[in-house]
This record gives sequence, C-alpha cells and structure tokens, in this order.
Amino acid sequence: MGELQSATVSRGTPAAPVMGNPVNGRFGDFGGQFVPETLVPACQELEVAFTEAWADPAFRAELDHLLREYAGRPSPLTECARLSGELGCRVWLKREDLNHTGSHKINNVLGQALLARRMGKTRLVAETGAGQHGVASATAAALLGMECVVYMGEVDMARQELNVFRMRLLGAEVRPASSGSRTLKDAVNEAMRDWVATVESSHYCLGSVMGPHPYPWMVREFHRVIGEECAEQFRTNVGGSPDYVVACVGGGSNAIGIFSGFAEASTRLIGVEPAGGAAVGRGVPGIVHGMRSYLMQDEFGQVEEAHSISAGLDYPGVGPEHAHLSDIGRAEYHPVSDAEVIEAFKLLSRTEGIIPALESAHAIAWVSRERKRLAGSTVVVNLSGRGDKDVAQMMDILGPELQGGTPSSGQGGGS
Amino acid sequence: MSAAVYGVLETSLRERRELGVKSLVVYLTGGLPGWMDMVRAAADAGADAIEIGIPFSDPVMDGPVIQEASDRALAAGATPPGILADVATLDAGVPLAIMTYYNLVYRFGLERFARTASEAGISGVILPDLPLEESGEWCVAADAAGIETVMLAAPTAPAERLPRVCSRARGFVYGVGLLGITGERDSLASSALDIARRLKAVTDVPVLVGVGVSTPAQAVEACAVADGVIVGSAVVRRAIEVGTAESVGSLVAEFRAALDAKC
Ligand SMILES: Cc1ncc(COP(=O)(O)O)c(C=O)c1O
Repeated sequence: MGELQSATVSRGTPAAPVMGNPVNGRFGDFGGQFVPETLVPACQELEVAFTEAWADPAFRAELDHLLREYAGRPSPLTECARLSGELGCRVWLKREDLNHTGSHKINNVLGQALLARRMGKTRLVAETGAGQHGVASATAAALLGMECVVYMGEVDMARQELNVFRMRLLGAEVRPASSGSRTLKDAVNEAMRDWVATVESSHYCLGSVMGPHPYPWMVREFHRVIGEECAEQFRTNVGGSPDYVVACVGGGSNAIGIFSGFAEASTRLIGVEPAGGAAVGRGVPGIVHGMRSYLMQDEFGQVEEAHSISAGLDYPGVGPEHAHLSDIGRAEYHPVSDAEVIEAFKLLSRTEGIIPALESAHAIAWVSRERKRLAGSTVVVNLSGRGDKDVAQMMDILGPELQGGTPSSGQGGGS
Repeated sequence: MSAAVYGVLETSLRERRELGVKSLVVYLTGGLPGWMDMVRAAADAGADAIEIGIPFSDPVMDGPVIQEASDRALAAGATPPGILADVATLDAGVPLAIMTYYNLVYRFGLERFARTASEAGISGVILPDLPLEESGEWCVAADAAGIETVMLAAPTAPAERLPRVCSRARGFVYGVGLLGITGERDSLASSALDIARRLKAVTDVPVLVGVGVSTPAQAVEACAVADGVIVGSAVVRRAIEVGTAESVGSLVAEFRAALDAKC
C-alpha cells in the first residue's frame, strides 16, 4: 500500500482495482464462458465451489500446508551477482524452479486437486504442453489418490519425452492429441472433449490462466502466492519494489502469479512471448477454448498454429487478464526469438549455475536483449521452471557446439 | 411464448409435427468436395431441413468424423464467405441452417454474418460454443436479420435452466442426446429420451435430439418422445468415405423410411 497506482489509463469508467476480481466473468472486455451447453453447469458449480473454498480458512490452511510441506514453498528470491555483472542491471530470480515437480505449475494443481476432491470428483483431466502441468497434475492425483488423464500433443510428446515418462511413472495415463498442430492448443481441445463426456466424475484441471470463467481467475488466485512472497522478500531483502518484474507468457499463469504481487506498485510488468506465439503482440480478439482474448488467427477466424522452441509457450492464445492488462497499459508484452532464447538458456546456466526451463529462458532473453534500457535498474525475473526436461532437446540443438571432446552419452546426443 | 410469428425453419418443423410426421434434420460439412450435390440429395431423399457446417480449426464439440471432414474442407479451401456464397446459389427446397463455432461469426462481424446468411437463404444458425449467457449480442443481430438461433439443451442442465434455454430458442431446441461430443454410438443413450422428455415438458418449440443418433433404428427410438432427430456423423462418414451424393441420399432415405414407417 501507499505506492501510487501507476500506468492505469482511465477511459472515463470508474477505476476498477488493477488485477481485481473479474466482473461478470470478465476482465474488461476479455474472458467469459464460451463453452458447450453441457459444460455451463459445471463451470457455474466450479465458480461457486471455488468461491466458497477460497473463503474457507480450513481449505486455505490445507493448501498452505501442502505448499509448504509438500511443494517446498516459499521459493527463494535469489540475487544473481554474476548475471547482474554481465548485464549491467541488478537481477533477482524468483525460484519457482525449486518447487516440487520443477515449476510453478504445482501451486495451481494442488489448489485445483483439493478443490476437485472437495467437489466429490474422482478424476482429473489435464492438458499439457511442456509436460510440467501434466507432471504436476499426475503428482497431485497420486498424492490425493485420484485418477488422472493427461492430453499432450504428439509433437510435444516427442520433444518432452522425459515428462511423458514421469507422468506414466506417477500413475497417469497420457493420451496423444493427434489433430491440428499436435501441440498445446490441440491438447486443450482433447481435454475439453473428454470433460464434455465425463463432467459428472471429472474435474478439468486446466493448467493456465485461460479457458472459461472461473479458470482465469481461480488459477490466478492459486498462483498469487508467487507474487505475494516475492513482494515481501524484495521488501525485506532489498527494500521497496523492483523497477521491473519480467515473466514468460504462454497462457500466462506464472506471469499473472508474480504480477499480482505488484499490481499496485510502480513496478513495470513485462510479459515475454515467443515470437512464433505472440498472442498479445500479433493477435486480435477472438474466441476459443471458452474465452474471449487475443488470439492468433487468420482473416476468417481460423486459429493459427503457434511455433515456438518451447512446448509450454507454443500456444496461439493468451489468458484474458493479460489481454486486459495490455489494453489498459498496466503490463507490456514483448516477443523474443528462439535464437535469443537459446542464448539465454546458455547464459543463465553459465553465469549462475541454474539451467532454466526453455519457457523461463524467454524472460531472461528479454532482459539480456534490453540490457541497455535496464542499466542500473532492479529486475525480478520469474524463473518459472527448471530446465532438466529440456536438456535432451537442447543436446540436439547445442550438441555439436558443446560436445568438443566429451564422449557422447548415447541416444539423443548430437544429431 | 414470446414468438408469435415463427421463422421459416420453425414454421416448417411445426407443420411436420401437426401432420404427425417426425422431423429429420441432416448435418453436412460445407466445403467438402461435392457438398452442394450432397445437400440436394439429402433434401430429395426426405430431409426436412439441412444443417450446413462451416468448418472451424478447433471444433471442440465434434468427434473424429466431423473433425476429419472439417480438416478436409479447410484443406480444400473452405471459408465462411465462400460457403455462404455457395449457399446463395443452392436451391435445396428445404430450410437451411448454418452450424459453426462462434469465432468464425465473431470475426465476420455479428451483424454482417446474420445479414449475409439471411441474404443467402439461411433460416437458422446453431453455435455450439455460444451458451445462453453469452448469446445476447449475437441474438440481437440474428433477430434483426430474421435468423432463427437454435439453442442447445444438455442432459447436465438443472431443471430451472431448461425453460430459460427454450424461451430463447428459435427454429427448434437441440436436445443433446448424451454426455459427449458428436460421433456414432452403438446404441441410443438413455439420456436422449430423458432430455427429450424434459424439454417436451417445458416447451412448445419443436424438440429435436442430436449427437449420438447414428442409425435409423436409433432415430425411431428417439422419436418415441422427440419431434425429430438430427443426424450428423453417420451422414458425414458417408460423405467422406464414399463421397458421392447418391450414397448420402440413400442413407438419408433409410432414415426417412424408418421414421415414416415406425413413428
Ligand atoms: C516452466 C514453465 N514456464 C511457463 C510455462 C507456460 O505457462 P504459463 O504461461 O501459464 O506460465 C510452462 C508451461 O508448460 C512451463 O512449464
């Protein structure tokens, strides 16, 4: 409190709180509940159940307990001396990579799985891109004794083989999505088709701040812990608020989570999109997967396929609250190229001993590219996940460059 | 009931009902090679109305058969304005409806889509991802252009919801026969008769059941309660597997004969 509300552009309507609750299921013009009639009652029930649970101290206590004792929260805020030296600005990482299962996704999944159980559901359906949300869902299902089915694009199953194996090891069934671009977008389609048929016993455990209301709001609330911890850690360790908070944006959950801790601060909020999946940057308003938001589409409204080196960001849409934050000027969204991401992946590994997820490397890539503009500033990057899952893919890309003299460790090495 | 004057589609289905005939509505994916001849063949074989699908890249309510048809039509270059322009030249002799996903309509412009469809001779529009709560803007545009917006009603709806859905339905009410997406099933789900019964109890708008009505026998079974059926995947499978207007026509004729003989 006390810091001025920056950057909100008033357009004659009474100022709603920045990042407040959705009104009529919408953030400004974005959001809504564009789902098949079969799912409308389920979405409405979910909204009621979440509202009740979120106001119930017992539910909150159980979730907090799991986040602490099972997932390992709070995650540290690590100052990066060597990276800062190289870039010329002071950089901290919010270490979501250190959570159990290796990414921020677990925050949301533990919340939704507890909620699903409270609603009497016995089965979780999830979509996954990089496999991190699928792994988190499979983990929560194992923890709570629920059945779990994860849809994953065939292309992603190939490039994130390790996570496919982890999900199966955790007892989940992984079903390939073989239509369309065979990536995240198609996995969402399949998960929704499953949910239409199984809605009475299943909860759709959606993995980002997207989809029909109440998901964009509910998933944000479950990730709010990132921003709240981070704001407190920064205040205590450094003082005040950072000049910049930077996060990668696929659907946008890790970004919304960290942004929510700084909505009222003067901090500039930066979302980084892959150049080949820049829904805010290149999209126009459209409706898919239950929401109205920015969407990459052709002149007729056919959804375009995204193309990104990172499976978790390979998505042509974006969560509706990001569309709104962009519209009101509270957050900025910028694209980075695959080549910049590869450099950032190497940069963080080399300077800090932290191998980032390819998704998170997008945020690093923007900071690295914009180092002149950021000179002397304080910058917090949300390190949404760790890079172990990406190592096999990066071996193919970097193999020849890094392999000098080292014996190849068999499959997957140097192509 | 607020609608005192019915549109072309609803008038025609009400007339069937008064004559004691069960209605047969056939779905075909627009833009498939030869689709216009298939529409004519379906009408000639006794379909009372035809739904023309405008293919969408991400059809979440559709199973593998209609997904495949959509992909083929898109690959063949199908577009919303192209299909509407073709429809304008199509004299099928029965009421026509468009079935598509909301983004294509939204992108086209709600008013422009409603007007263009109406000028092309379309009577009704069905948008499976536009539920009652989100339908306000579209319905204003549709009503103004004289387009009948068919609403879907699903087995999951609580009792209080059905009358609200029905009061916004024009043309007919589309009772979703099962929990799931489009596609053929071995038997008619018990939910098909349940939803038909629940709808008949609250509305006087024609009640048709679709999704999972795959054979003439299943159509007859559904029509024990419903005013008619919508047959999609079974017909579309003919359209993509055999690919001739005759094969589509002969399947539609089987449905027609069964409904006329046994209902
Ligand atoms: C590590 C990591 N970061 C980010 C994302 C992208 O999701 P979101 O934009 O919802 O944070 C993913 C998705 O798979 C991920 O695994």
